[in-house]
Amino acid sequence: MREGFRQSMAWLHTWSGLLVCWVLFLVFCAGTASYFREEITLWMKPELHASHAAPITNAQAAQTALTALQAKAPDASRWFITLPAERSTALRIGWISPPPKDAPPKTRGKFTSQIIDPLTGEKMPDVRETRGGEFLYRLHFDLHYMPALWARWIVGFCAMFMLVAIVSGVITHKRIFKDFFTFRPKKGQRSWLDAHNATAVLALPYHLMITYTGLVTLMFMYMPWGIQTAYKGNQESFFADVFPSARNGKPAGKPMPLTPLQPLLAQAEQRWHGIPAAGITINHPGDANATIQIRRQEEKGLNYIQPSVQFNGVTGALVSADNEDIGGANATRGVLYGLHIGHFANPLLRVLFFLCGLSGCAMVATGALLWAVKTRQGYAKKLAAGGRVGFGLRLVEALNIGAIAGLPIAFAAYFWANRLLPVAMPKRPDAEISWLFIAWAVAAVLAQIRPDRRMWQWQLWVGALLFMGIPILNIFTTSSHLGVTLFMAQGPWSVAGFDLTVLALGIGLALAAWHLGRKKNATKKTGKQGLQEPRETSEAKLQEAA
Amino acid sequence: MNLNPDLRYRLAVASRALAAIGGGYALSAVTAALLAVVLPMQPAEAVITATLLSFIVFCCAVLWVFAARTAWRAWGGIVAPGMLLGAGLLALRSMS
Repeated sequence: MREGFRQSMAWLHTWSGLLVCWVLFLVFCAGTASYFREEITLWMKPELHASHAAPITNAQAAQTALTALQAKAPDASRWFITLPAERSTALRIGWISPPPKDAPPKTRGKFTSQIIDPLTGEKMPDVRETRGGEFLYRLHFDLHYMPALWARWIVGFCAMFMLVAIVSGVITHKRIFKDFFTFRPKKGQRSWLDAHNATAVLALPYHLMITYTGLVTLMFMYMPWGIQTAYKGNQESFFADVFPSARNGKPAGKPMPLTPLQPLLAQAEQRWHGIPAAGITINHPGDANATIQIRRQEEKGLNYIQPSVQFNGVTGALVSADNEDIGGANATRGVLYGLHIGHFANPLLRVLFFLCGLSGCAMVATGALLWAVKTRQGYAKKLAAGGRVGFGLRLVEALNIGAIAGLPIAFAAYFWANRLLPVAMPKRPDAEISWLFIAWAVAAVLAQIRPDRRMWQWQLWVGALLFMGIPILNIFTTSSHLGVTLFMAQGPWSVAGFDLTVLALGIGLALAAWHLGRKKNATKKTGKQGLQEPRETSEAKLQEAA
Repeated sequence: MNLNPDLRYRLAVASRALAAIGGGYALSAVTAALLAVVLPMQPAEAVITATLLSFIVFCCAVLWVFAARTAWRAWGGIVAPGMLLGAGLLALRSMS
């Protein structure tokens, strides 16, 4: 929209980035947290911290789970067993109960899930109900308070904008390598530009990868047109080709006992050269048409698609072995998908992914701030003459505060609610989530009422104190605080890691708030109080003014 | 037309946004639809390859729309290849 190629791309970069940056910030933050989804869930269930180190074989765990399912849900149409693994040591069972007889047709059965004691099969009695890291993972692409389908389209739309913003941003750049080593602090707009460049360029391959692969995870929904033509719109037959393990017959209505599970488990694990099973799904248990599907644990390969085997549920005969020989294109898709979710990463690589994700958050945030700072400079004369900023700038500045300073408050509120709400409270998971959104709504509304520097400072301080307070809160509410997990070296280490991470994030927010306060004093001294640029002011300019 | 420059600019932006979002999606959809049939692979593999590529087509289409010097070129760069691919798809349909 401007003269010259580079100028047009700069324009495109600015607007494609700005229009969706607040949603992207949420998606980036929640996605970054999701790298530690299992660890966050464990942290949010302190009752499980002690039982963390009780090793048990897969066969034992599967048998316990099966016995529990037979007792609790004999009529279920499907049973699910999630076996303990390295990162998630809980034994989880789930089942789909048939819909009540008087329900309207096509009613779906209700899904129930429980964590059970791997030795007794009893439901862990006092484990607090929470959606834990799973909620942040869902928030990352399903948002909340709206149908998941809409949310996925919204997130996909924003991701496409992001892809365009990244590519046009790279084109805009004349000196991409040099910029990486350039930081000119305390120079107002220029500092923000440098910060934006540094965070963006530093992890550029990551940003490109994560945006494109994010689209790939839901690509059949966004772009079903290939299926339309090649499969004449028959999605089911396409998915049967791509995800062979998804097929699932109808019940025969004739009761038959289920074949013993343990030999099947042993057979599957032998087939996978000793790589253990991750989970078992039993369709129509107790029926003549029962099937048993066993999925392999993820190996440390990039592809997320894991082999699985399916057995006849009555005779125990092997029906099929799936995903052992994947086609080139599907393997490519599997690797792209795998790169996005990062399950292959060992702890160190996972931390690196987390840091890259944080740099993505910083890239989005600095980009949004850069727009506001730049636009405000255009108003400098008008402001000096006692005028006001335009509606657009005011809105952007308020949204920036509400998103960038408000979201940390919301996330912290979620963790605080997890510790402070009564353990036996009904609908506890919903209450935790409500607290996240209440805190965020308050921050966002206050930001709209008063989008100025002081609001930045307040909200950053609140976020900082809430985050830094989490490890302290733990001392009073759990017996697995840092004193135990770290100083007495009793672990679990992932719980200590969570506490240290939130502490570091809190310190980061506090530094930002403190820095902002210092800047304000400097502004006062030079007698230029009208300036309300968030977090930064060009000191060079102030000196000129003085 | 004697539109004032401000409104004119806004309309130009709106037109290109429409070309980029709507036109870009349509072009990438047609690309995916055609490639899924013509790529010499198993159907499922062809669909996946075509779908993976379609997002890159989308991205390039958006860049083209905003880089083109005139609105005519911007629209033309989307509509012409779209029509061409669409015609190819229709021809294949009528043959099979």
